[in-house]
Amino acid sequence: MEFWVGQVFNGISYGALLFLLAGGLSLIFGMMRIVNMTHGSYYLLGGYVALTVISRVSNFWLGILGAALVIALIGIGEWNAFLKRLGGQELGQVLTTMGFALIFQDLALVIWGGDPYTIRVPAYLSGTWQVGNLFFPIYRVFIIGVAIVIAVALWLVLERTRIGAMMRATVDDAEMARGVGVNVYLISMAVFSMGAVLAALAGVVAGGFLGVAPGGDFEILPYAFVVVIVGGMGSLKGALVGSLMVGLLDNFGKALFPELSYFTLFAPMAAILAVRPTGLFGRA
Amino acid sequence: MLDVSDVHTYYGDSYVLQGISLRVDKGQVIGILGRNGMGKTTLIRSIIGFTVPRRGRIRFKDHDITGWPSNRSVSLGLGLVPQGRRVFPSLTVAENLSVAARGDGGGWTTDSVMGLFPRLRERALTRAGKLSGGEQQMLAIARALMTNPDLLLMDEPTEGLAPLLVREVGRVIETLKSRGLSILLVEQNLPLALRIADHVHVVSRGRIVHSCAAGALWTNEEVKSRYLGL
Repeated sequence: MEFWVGQVFNGISYGALLFLLAGGLSLIFGMMRIVNMTHGSYYLLGGYVALTVISRVSNFWLGILGAALVIALIGIGEWNAFLKRLGGQELGQVLTTMGFALIFQDLALVIWGGDPYTIRVPAYLSGTWQVGNLFFPIYRVFIIGVAIVIAVALWLVLERTRIGAMMRATVDDAEMARGVGVNVYLISMAVFSMGAVLAALAGVVAGGFLGVAPGGDFEILPYAFVVVIVGGMGSLKGALVGSLMVGLLDNFGKALFPELSYFTLFAPMAAILAVRPTGLFGRA
Repeated sequence: MLDVSDVHTYYGDSYVLQGISLRVDKGQVIGILGRNGMGKTTLIRSIIGFTVPRRGRIRFKDHDITGWPSNRSVSLGLGLVPQGRRVFPSLTVAENLSVAARGDGGGWTTDSVMGLFPRLRERALTRAGKLSGGEQQMLAIARALMTNPDLLLMDEPTEGLAPLLVREVGRVIETLKSRGLSILLVEQNLPLALRIADHVHVVSRGRIVHSCAAGALWTNEEVKSRYLGL
């Protein structure tokens, strides 16, 4: 019993982390049709920037803020200089963003070296809560809380504001959105930087329990893509359900059949795609 | 107000508009007639900026808007009712209107466009994808009005509508005209176009082949049979 509750909890908290990473990726995918291989780099660089900020000012929250600002600038720069010209050219997008991912990977190695680090989290976020015989790490509860807050905030912005309606109109028909006066350029830039900031946030949060180390970017990127593909591009609900599913599958896969862990992740994805080619909540 | 001069537009390799020039003056309704595939929609797409012309200039309210992003032309006062309605299916009726709202005081508001189309008020919270074809057309017109245009581009606003709705849309276009809105109207429905337009151009194979006052086309059997298939 304890094993199952513990594994479900771990799966959900990993799913919460994946949601932070994949939510933005899904919106970028759905709205701008940009396949962004650099998304994992935003995650890794976010962790490193926070590490540096926290080592200087010893404040976890300032670390998050610093990472968000730096990664937002990197994302906006990359989008403005390259990606906005590559609309509809998947091959060009993949090669360009893959190139950036490799550059950022080596840059991180030059600046921060090859040693793994763990981000120091505030004392009130470490330790565990005990419920009966069960122990819940407070930091993992915190991650779930962050994901819930972000999910609610994103939902409110998308469904309850005029800007959100403009974003959805752009997903529906970008050309026509321009034709009724929506500045699709600004909207796209806002969504792209928001996605980058969420990836950076995921990187900082993950730095507190998975650590920050070379290779972290390409390790987590496939998971984010599986979430987006399973949930459906551009769907917030899809990203949420997909993240939980992938988090749980990965966790149970690794706990029960460690030698088959990739199979337990990708086989259900293939099955879902066979039945619903646009993902659970995706539109054609 | 709108001055299209010698516009040549390509769609990929195909040479669609082969030098079109026309003017729309303030308060005028200009009709564009012609069979399918003759370049009428490409003309509208060229003016709004969806497809940028390779040669020629488009001037609107003393600005050269050739090659402008569409949203900039819309901000200047160009409105679009596109072919095939193209409402945003996942947005509600009210949201379709609000994304287009351009607040220039004294113009159209959500309330006043819903006064023009009472049906839209009843369906304000319905997703536009669930509306009937006629309702979607009303929404497409209402949405364009929300941008408070000085000139409205209308691309086949009665296409695929039942006769009753064709009359309703015709009545609305006449109302807009009587309020002084300038309109460039692409229309297959000849009686409707000739009743509302002041002046018409007949388009064939990317060129204007005949221009005349709307009334004069009624009796021009040669142009009607040669270019409109009537």
